[in-house]
Amino acid sequence: MKPGGFVRAAMWAGFLFLWLPILLLAGFAFSADRIPFQWGGFSLRWFGALAANEKLLAAAWLSLRIAAASACLAVLLGGGIGYALARFGPFRGRAIFGALAGAPLVLPEVVIGLCLLLLFVAMEGLIGWPSGRGAFTILLAHAGFGAAYVAVLVQARLAEAERSLEEAAMDLGATPLVAFRTITLPLMAPALLAGWLLAFTLSLDDVVIASFVSGPAGTTLPIALFSMLRLGLTPEVNALAALAVLGVGALLGLGCWLLRPRRG
Amino acid sequence: MRRGFLLAPLWLWLLLFVAAPVAVLAVMALATPSDGVPPFTLGLRFAAFAMLVEDGYYVEALFSALRLAATTAGLCLLIAYPMALGMAAVRPRWRLPLLALLMLPFWTGFLLRIGAWIGLLRDEGLINRLLRGFGITEAPLPLLYTEGAMLVGMVHAYLPFAVLPLFTALVRLDPALLEAAADLGARPARVFFSVTLPLTLPAAAAGFLLVFIPAAGEFVIPELLGPPEAQVIGRVLWQEFFQNRDWPLAAALGLALLALLILPMRWFQKLEAEP
Repeated sequence: MKPGGFVRAAMWAGFLFLWLPILLLAGFAFSADRIPFQWGGFSLRWFGALAANEKLLAAAWLSLRIAAASACLAVLLGGGIGYALARFGPFRGRAIFGALAGAPLVLPEVVIGLCLLLLFVAMEGLIGWPSGRGAFTILLAHAGFGAAYVAVLVQARLAEAERSLEEAAMDLGATPLVAFRTITLPLMAPALLAGWLLAFTLSLDDVVIASFVSGPAGTTLPIALFSMLRLGLTPEVNALAALAVLGVGALLGLGCWLLRPRRG
Repeated sequence: MRRGFLLAPLWLWLLLFVAAPVAVLAVMALATPSDGVPPFTLGLRFAAFAMLVEDGYYVEALFSALRLAATTAGLCLLIAYPMALGMAAVRPRWRLPLLALLMLPFWTGFLLRIGAWIGLLRDEGLINRLLRGFGITEAPLPLLYTEGAMLVGMVHAYLPFAVLPLFTALVRLDPALLEAAADLGARPARVFFSVTLPLTLPAAAAGFLLVFIPAAGEFVIPELLGPPEAQVIGRVLWQEFFQNRDWPLAAALGLALLALLILPMRWFQKLEAEP
């Protein structure tokens, strides 16, 4: 079926709606004017201002470390959960296990944040761990959130692949551990990688959950950005957006290059 | 048994970090707020729930959140349908790049995209300067901190979630059905309403819920783009917790939001379970 002119125009209008605001925000990062979205000639001064903003840089560095660590923990947990749901057949409590694994996907962020904060407060009162709130509690919260997404990806990936491959390996004498390492793990690898990236971005993007479970020492980039935006827009936010768009562009380029059609 | 070694730590994690927090939420809703650190004393008090029911402010906050979520999800579907139709109709090799084009704004950062709307909509923003530049308006239009700004921000943030399930369903749709309808003389609009729409209705429902469920608890967008009087539940919960330090009331609000979302969540899980 040929798409009608209306459908095609509506599709591109939709893409324009999605992209134009962020592209404009990034584009005006190169304007010398102090007022955001006002062109005052080409300049890189706001990137300099961004590089000199030590509070923002510290927040960004903290966010990157939390995102990387929580994504690793999420892959470990979510990989295990997805594997158990896809390969263990019916085990006792499987329905509850699955419901708990999927719950963070549907719970509102404010509820997740509040619940986890109350849990951390209760745990500190009962067993003294984790003492205080900050980067570590954000890491735990983000790991739990990310694990739910990793589990979905891993379970879907393993459901696609027949378990006959693992059974064949074991028929040929492989121990379950060897079969897991040589067959199942490579099968799961793309889902684990995609899951890591998703968990990393979700962590880097989260302001609500982090605000609840962080203490005064846990100012992540989104928390810092949120309090900046409450006061209005500054050209430093433009510069940050330009870096984000460049980063995503680089990622897209890398993806296209990796997926390029190969001949020969 | 070997399975036990893997399952035990996973169970522990899920019970500790998913099940226990919700239980703690229920305990907190029954506690009494106090001036201590942390600001509560445990007990068995239903005052928070009573306040929730009796004070019209909280009931209104719940309903305005549901209204905002439903309006957002409806607008998202309206925009998502033509987008998904267009994306499904291109040659298969162009589908992946278009999918990337759809999902990549998500990677540029949620707060940055809201920041972009602040820059576009504020009194000295790009839209107001353009309107004045072309002589259409004299004084700046109040665009930012309005219901409209909030809605635009919400639709912008959640649109990809509505497009995805529709796109998947449309790609799977048998083209022979559409051709048959066209061969029998149906015009494109008729084909859409009598073949495409009924067959993709479950996907549309899934897209609606994928937007509706997170949108109902949204805090950041109403806070940064909406008017002060747009007191949706996410914002009220936040204020009770951070400003008023009334943890039991915040917990009761969280439970009320969960109770309202249980039906949509069950419905979504049912849709997901069907092929």
